[in-house]
This record gives sequence, C-alpha cells and structure tokens, in this order.
Amino acid sequence: MGFSLKGVGLTHANGFRALRDVDLRVACGERVALVGASGAGKTTLLRVLAAALRPDTGRLSLLGTDPWDASPATLRRLRARIGLVHQAPPIPPRQRVVTAVLAGRLGQWPLWKSLASLLYPLDPEGARHQLARLDLGERLYERCDRLSGGQLQRVALARVLYQQPDLFLADEPVSAMDPALSELTVALLNEEASRRGVTLVASLHAVDLALRHFPRVIGVKEGQVLFDLPAGQVREAQLRELYAAEGSVPMAGLAVLPDAGQPAAAAPPPLRCA
Amino acid sequence: MSAVPRDPAALPRLGWTLAALVLLWPLLRLADFEPVRLLDEGNLRAMGHFIRGFLPMETSHDFMALLGKAMVETLAMATAGIALSLLLAVPLGLAMTRGLSVSRIGPGRRAWIGTLVRALVRALLAVLRGVPELVWALLFVRVFGLGASAGVLALGITYGGMLGKVYGEILESTDGRTARGLLEAGSGRVAALFYGLLPHAGGELVSYTVYRWECAVRASVVMGFVGAGGLGQLMDQSMKMLNGGEAASILLTFLLLVLAADGLSEFLRRRLA
Amino acid sequence: MRAGISPAGVFGLVLLAAAAAGSFAFLEMPLGALFTGSAAREAVAFVGRFIPPETDPAFLAKVGWAALETLAISLLSTLLAVLGGVTLALPAAGRQGPLARQAARFVLNLLRSVPELVWATLMVLAAGLGPFAGTLALALHTTGVLGRLFAEALENTPRAPAQAVTGLGAGPLAAFLYAVLPLVAPQWLAYALYRWEMNIRMAAILGFVGAGGLGALLYYSLSLFHEAEASTVILAMLAMAIAVDGASAWLRQRMAG
Ligand SMILES: Nc1ncnc2c1ncn2[C@@H]1O[C@H](COP(=O)(O)OP(=O)(O)OP(=O)(O)O)[C@@H](O)[C@H]1O
Ligand SMILES: [Mg+2]
Repeated sequence: MGFSLKGVGLTHANGFRALRDVDLRVACGERVALVGASGAGKTTLLRVLAAALRPDTGRLSLLGTDPWDASPATLRRLRARIGLVHQAPPIPPRQRVVTAVLAGRLGQWPLWKSLASLLYPLDPEGARHQLARLDLGERLYERCDRLSGGQLQRVALARVLYQQPDLFLADEPVSAMDPALSELTVALLNEEASRRGVTLVASLHAVDLALRHFPRVIGVKEGQVLFDLPAGQVREAQLRELYAAEGSVPMAGLAVLPDAGQPAAAAPPPLRCA
Repeated sequence: MSAVPRDPAALPRLGWTLAALVLLWPLLRLADFEPVRLLDEGNLRAMGHFIRGFLPMETSHDFMALLGKAMVETLAMATAGIALSLLLAVPLGLAMTRGLSVSRIGPGRRAWIGTLVRALVRALLAVLRGVPELVWALLFVRVFGLGASAGVLALGITYGGMLGKVYGEILESTDGRTARGLLEAGSGRVAALFYGLLPHAGGELVSYTVYRWECAVRASVVMGFVGAGGLGQLMDQSMKMLNGGEAASILLTFLLLVLAADGLSEFLRRRLA
Repeated sequence: MRAGISPAGVFGLVLLAAAAAGSFAFLEMPLGALFTGSAAREAVAFVGRFIPPETDPAFLAKVGWAALETLAISLLSTLLAVLGGVTLALPAAGRQGPLARQAARFVLNLLRSVPELVWATLMVLAAGLGPFAGTLALALHTTGVLGRLFAEALENTPRAPAQAVTGLGAGPLAAFLYAVLPLVAPQWLAYALYRWEMNIRMAAILGFVGAGGLGALLYYSLSLFHEAEASTVILAMLAMAIAVDGASAWLRQRMAG
C-alpha cells in the first residue's frame, strides 16, 4: 500500500488547527496532485506524510508502517524511503551543489560514507546524472548561493531524485520556475514516478498543471479534503469553491504544451511499496 | 555521456590540509606539547596537594580583611585607570575626528596641517594600545618601584589608546551634518561637539566606556602578578606558598568580582541602549 | 536643539568623578603629581633608557626563538579552544536538552571568568613551567569565550536545513555536518580569528608567570634592569601583534569570498 490517513488532525504549536479529520487512501504507484488556496494546509499535510510532523489525532500508515508507533531505528529507515521536496529549498547557501544533491542518500549511507563524501564527493556521476535531467549538469561544483531561485529549486529536486524514495513528495516544486520549465519539470516527476513504480504526491499552485499531469487531484480547504477526484471529473464550480477566498483560480497559463502529457504506455513497472 | 569533471576543490583542499599538518608538527614541538606531563607523578602530586588544600577555604578574620582590601584596591585601580585613560582618550579622540575640523570646511589653505595632526594622533594611539597593559605595569613596577599606581598608569595608557581610537571612530561614523552646519555658521569646535555630535553619539560612547571598565576590572585582577597590587598580588603570594585554602578564597572572589562587573556593565549598557 | 548632556548624564558624570576621586584617594595616588614638570622630566628620562634597543645577534636569536614559541602558543591554544568551544557549544545551544544546556553554560562561564594569567599560574602547577602550561591556560580561557560565542551563533541559525536532512533519515552527526556547520562556519571562523589576535598578545605576557614565550625574556631583562633588551622584546611583541592582525584580516577576507 502507499499510505493511508484516517481521521488525522494536527494542531500547530501556536494552537492553529491546520488539519482536521483528514481521511485519505493512496495506493501504491498512484500519482496525486494537491491543490488549494494559500494556507489551506498543503504543506502541513505533506510534512505529515513525510513523518516530519506528528498528527495529534487519527491513524497514519506510511508504506505499511505507523511511523509514530515504530522504534527510532525503524522511523529512520522509513524516512530514508520517503523523499520530500520542500517548498523553500532548505540548503545551506555556501554548500556546493554536488554536496547538496549527494545529501539525498544520507539516510541510506553508513556514517563513514557520509563523512568521507563531505571531504571528497563519492558519487559525482550520480549527482550529475540527476542534475542533467533538470538541465543543470554544468553547475555540479557551483556554490548554491550563486544559483538563481529556480535553479536552487531544481537542486532540491535533484536531491530527492538522487535519493530514489519509494514515496515521492513534492511541495510546490515548480513555484520559482517559468511556465515552460514548470511544465517540463512536472512531466519529469510523473515520468520518474511511473518508471520506478513509486507513489507521487505533489502540491501545486497552478491548477491547470495539476489537471494536465496527474490522474488524481485532491482539493484541500481549511485543513480538510474538499474533493478527491480523477482529474477528468473535477468541475469548475468545485475549483471556484476551493479558491473562493482568493477570487480566481490560479493557472500556469501555458497555452501550447510542450511534449509532456501522459508517459508513453510501456509495460507497467513493478510497484515499490511493500 | 561525457566523463564527470573531477572536483576542482579537491587538490587545493588536499594541499591546505597537508600544509596544515606539516606546520602542526613544529608548532607542537615549539609549544612543548606533551599532554602526558599532566599525568607526571610529581605534577599530579603537587596539583593534588594544592587542590586538596582548597577545602576548607581560608576564612580567618585577618585574611578576609586582607581580601576585602585587595578587592577594593582592584576596583579602585580599574576605576582610576579608566578615569586616567579618559584624560588621554577624549582629547586624542576629538583630534582624530574630521567632522570637527574647521580647516576642512574653509578655503583649505591649512588643511594639510589638520591631516598631518590626525595621522600623528592615529599613530600615537596605535603605539599606546599596542603594548599590553601588563607590560606597561611591569615596566613601571620594575623601573619606578611603584605598586598599585603602576597598574593605574598602565591601564590609563593602554585603555587611553583603545578608547581614543574607538571614540574617534564612533564620532566619525555619526551623522556629521548638524556639526558641520554649526561649524559653517561660525561656531567653535566645543559647541559643535556638544550640540552637533554628542546628541547622536553620546549613548554609544558611554556604552563603550562602560564595557571597557568591565575589561579594566578583569585586567586589574591580574595586575598583581607583576607586583602592581590588588587581588592578583594576594593570589601570587598564595600560589607561591602553595596555600590551597587561600587560593580557593581568592579564586572565588575573582569569580564573583568578574561576574558582578559583567552584570553591572550589561545592566548599564542595556539601560543606555 | 538639544545639548549633548541630559540631567541624567550630568548625574552620571558627577558619580563618575566621585568614583574616580575616591579611587585615587584610596590608592594614595596624587593625580596632580602626574602633571608637574618633574614628572615630565622623569618620563623623558624613562623613555630614554629604552633607546636604542639591543641588537646583539645572539640576543636577537633568543628573541626570535621566543617569538616563535609565542606564535606556537597562540595558534595551538586557539586551535584547542575551537575544538573545546565546539564541543561545549553544542549542548550550550540547547541541542541536548535543557539540563545539558545549563551544565554547559555553567562550565563555559567558569572557564571564561577566570583570567588567562590565573589559569596560567594553575597550569604551571599542573604541567610544569614552560610553553605547554601557557598553551593550556590560554586554551581554557578561550574555550569559555569561544564556546559562548559559538553557542549564540548556533542558536541564531535557521533549523530548516537540519530538519530536512534528519527527515531524510540521517543521524544527528550527519545532519550537523551537512546542514548546520556550513551555516555557522563563517561566523565561527571569524570569532576564532578574532580570538587569535587577542591570544597572540596574551601569549606574549604569559611568560611573566613562567608559562613560556616572549614574556619570560621581558621579565628577566627588566629584573636585571637591561632596558635596551626589554625594548627589543617589546618591539618584537608589537611586530608579532601587527603581523597576526594582518594575517587574520587576510584570512577573514579570503573566507568571506
Ligand atoms: N509551524 C507553524 N506554526 C503555526 N502555524 C503554522 C505553522 N505552519 C503552518 N501554520 C499554519 O497552518 C496553516 C496551513 O499552513 P500550510 O503551510 O500547510 O499551508 P499551505 O497550504 O502549504 O499554504 P501555501 O500555499 O501558502 O504554501 C496556515 O494557516 C499556517 O499559518
Ligand atoms: Mg505550503
């Protein structure tokens, strides 16, 4: 199974109820987009799915394990299998791109390897391969504070691609990119998830991107699931309600689609969600 | 796919690491770095004996009276030293301040004199603060056979240099337009200082002086090691006689004094901020 | 327009003047005597005795050697203090719980409040006369200072990067090295260099209590009233301090880039 939430609620330290009574089942290998207005609770939900925030009510199962019931060692092993692309890339400015990307495997590497790689990058080929897919292969040894916002976001993405997680979470992974690049990047994420047979959940600001690329779309409003439908069944009225507070439905607005869409039908990959 | 370029930082890193390691060896030799010496039997016995003597601490009436007097002497040394340093720092700091220069705004006929004076003052301040206060104190103790006065003079000189420089820098960096306006209107330097610069910079100046007073207390505590009176002298004597009980009392007094000066200085500076 | 001095300021000045006058009186130090003609003549004679500095090659060699020793003390002690400071700063910044935080802060305060020279007298007892004692003494005091500054820098560091790396399943050491150290390193380095500048000056006087370096030479020269030699040693101290300031500024600039 991918993951399931039953009656999950979360109250932040300041007393704000960011999630209330969320029920959600996502099967292994599904690709899901989260949409909703700013402050709706998308980031909070993704951090719960990354076992980074502990819900205070409800039951949670990630890749078949309840993270908050598990031993510390099990929790660490579970986290190593979950990759979250953060909304704001949490990368130290003076770190080099290669180090930031290789950090993706810190949960899998033994300690000696993590330490050694800090002195001399142990797998620059691996890092460069993932960067090249995002058109950033040339910046391998650059310092992260010399990159643009969109480039830094791609480095953070490359880190999680390099991690090769079984549950791929992305929090507004294209918010700092132009429409064409957003389109390509979201397509790449979907292609990667289908190819490896892993579950993908991405929150997106632009609704049209979500509808074009993801088979299943979940609308979040005020910490609750407003709708949970196949992309083809989402109605305009539902979107209007979702974004009622903002006045209009946000779109990436790219008229001519680059060659993205659904990945070419190939033999379905083995699913990786034991 | 083309080969991945090698890490360009690897070679310099290796070079610097090797250089550091090669340098470390002579450093360790020069500093006589032998941690085993801490476990040397003679040293262990001396230290153990000394520390065992810490308890009970010396609290006899005579000794406490001595301690009290030394403590007051230490504080007096710091305060008198700062007062003396102000006599040096204020005129020199003002002389360094370009914002108070009359020649600079006028038709600059004599401007070079002002520039020269400011450069000389700067150099003088550098020499004054370049020599540590303890060196000055040792000089005065040895050459003139002075006691606590040597400490005061030493603090006055070194801290005069430090304060003068910082006063100059603070005044320099404050908004000089008011002062300039006053000078252009024909007022004197003193009036320009009081009405033009101090309203902007006063808090910072006082705050830095208080901080330096705190440093002076710490410095006065050790002046006695070169014979310039205060708590240090008492400590020196107790250490030479390996009297642990006395040393413990003095150390505790040190700590209290330094912490109190710390606290008072922080309190005053927060009030000023 | 407001004059520079407020009533509170006047009160403060009066208080300061009273404290200063009291201090001079307590020390039985006639301040007026400092500004007489005879005092001025004495000062000139005093300075005259130090000119010219001693330039005998054998003595210069001795000074050079002592200067190297001083440099070694200052460098090693700063290095040790960086290690000790980091070790104590991690708990002092509250990363191992409130109890460890209090304990670490107490140790740091203790180390910091005891002046270098007092540590030196204690270390001379523990490790014998010589530069090793001086190195330990400076390292102990500087550990206290740097530990506090390092902890402050740690507390002001954003936590998101470290949380992200822990979220990948990495352990605490890896998280620290990959996501905290790169953030605080520049500031820690600046603090360490600044303390090195202070330590070269301290290392030069530790010899007064038998803890090695240039200070011992100065102490003996002055005890024997060899003022010319003393002035050579003082010049060497000045030169070292200026050289270290320059080196430190250069390093700082390089690292900032
Ligand atoms: N650490 C926190 N402490 C307190 N409140 C928080 C915290 N994080 C988020 N919140 C609150 O929880 C609510 C949901 O926040 P969340 O970050 O999940 O929104 P979001 O849907 O990701 O919004 P956006 O599209 O702007 O990123 C918001 O009202 C926010 O103010
Ligand atoms: Mg968000």
